[in-house]
Amino acid sequence: MSDTDDHAQADDAHHDHGLAHVLSWPLLLGVWAALTVLTFLTVWASYVEWGGALDIVIGMGIATIKAVLVALFFMHLKYDKMLYSVVFATSLLFLALFLSMVVLDSKQYQPDIEKWEKDMFAAPETPGRQ
Amino acid sequence: MSDEPASTAAVADANAHAPHEGHEHPPDLAHHFETHEQQFDTGKMGIWVFLVTEVMFFGGLFCIYAVYRSNHPEIFQYAEQYLDKRLGMLNTLVLILSSLTAAWAVRCAQLEQRRGLIFNLSITLACAFIFLGIKSIEYSHKWPVYREVSHALTEANKTGSKTIFVHLGHVNDKPHEASGHESSEGGGGGEHATAETRTEISIQEGRNMNWFFSIYFCLTGLHAIHVIGGIIFFSWLLVRSHLGHFHRNYFGPVDYVALYWHVVDMIWVYLFLLLYLIKPEKYLGT
Repeated sequence: MSDTDDHAQADDAHHDHGLAHVLSWPLLLGVWAALTVLTFLTVWASYVEWGGALDIVIGMGIATIKAVLVALFFMHLKYDKMLYSVVFATSLLFLALFLSMVVLDSKQYQPDIEKWEKDMFAAPETPGRQ
Repeated sequence: MSDEPASTAAVADANAHAPHEGHEHPPDLAHHFETHEQQFDTGKMGIWVFLVTEVMFFGGLFCIYAVYRSNHPEIFQYAEQYLDKRLGMLNTLVLILSSLTAAWAVRCAQLEQRRGLIFNLSITLACAFIFLGIKSIEYSHKWPVYREVSHALTEANKTGSKTIFVHLGHVNDKPHEASGHESSEGGGGGEHATAETRTEISIQEGRNMNWFFSIYFCLTGLHAIHVIGGIIFFSWLLVRSHLGHFHRNYFGPVDYVALYWHVVDMIWVYLFLLLYLIKPEKYLGT
């Protein structure tokens, strides 16, 4: 099968590789290998007692490295117009805003909720509960 | 023209455009586009905007997770007890492999390597099915426990009982071991739980389990629905690849479905971390 019309050939600005960048297979395999290693790493890290909030920081850090690898390479963002990266990054920004605002808000009202629950169920604490 | 079978649409197109300012276009270039490149770029923008909506869609569920995690961390003790990290890791590796083959399928489509395209799409599909298979094994153990806890809580509300009884034996996917439940519960059953024995737990603990399972099934369930969607889309691509629809100037659908699939994979990476791997905060007393 070859090019089917003159339009496509005439407007094909990406001379050597058609409509878009083609990922090389070493790169594909390399990113996959990195993702696999990071998966083992994150499972190993989950067995280690890092202490306090460090667990989630390390876990999220590794997960985000994986996500960045997938986004930049498998999803072509490194090779595409910056507009797609801006669109995607904006969604993550709004997600962060969404989650942070809701968590802040819910923590604000938590004492009221707990008081209501106590009154509602009016059950003494179960003996032996830590 | 290529050696594609002449569809009635192509014939109709050719007839419709023959007397029309001499402007002909192949059937895989929609009429409102000037070039294949414009068509591809437009579709690409479209899929990225859709993926933004997917991020916000799952964002709502991650929000549930964040609210409960920050206000009721004790719920997530069940994550450590009831979820098998090994199955979760296996699922993660399966999806990561499927992301590789999906990205490779795009490469094959661009280079017109039809056999490679069909091979990679098939592996991606197989991985999706394996993922759902492992998920269904996990669900088959947990769903009955979830229902039993829910019903028992409803009953206890009516009778005013302070404890409920549930069968916990296989909930953590380990068929021959106890659920590990008794190690965290101060006053619960002391014997090893099997599939037949029931463990006594307090109402509060039952409610905590109920919350945990609700969050678990909502998050992983919505994700599984997206995997099913991916199966449908990749099957469609496989059929079209067989029919020889894709070539170096027309591979948009392969690229767009692969982009969707990468987002599904990445969402799983975060779900795996947040549900299976994050340890419960032991420094919090209740």
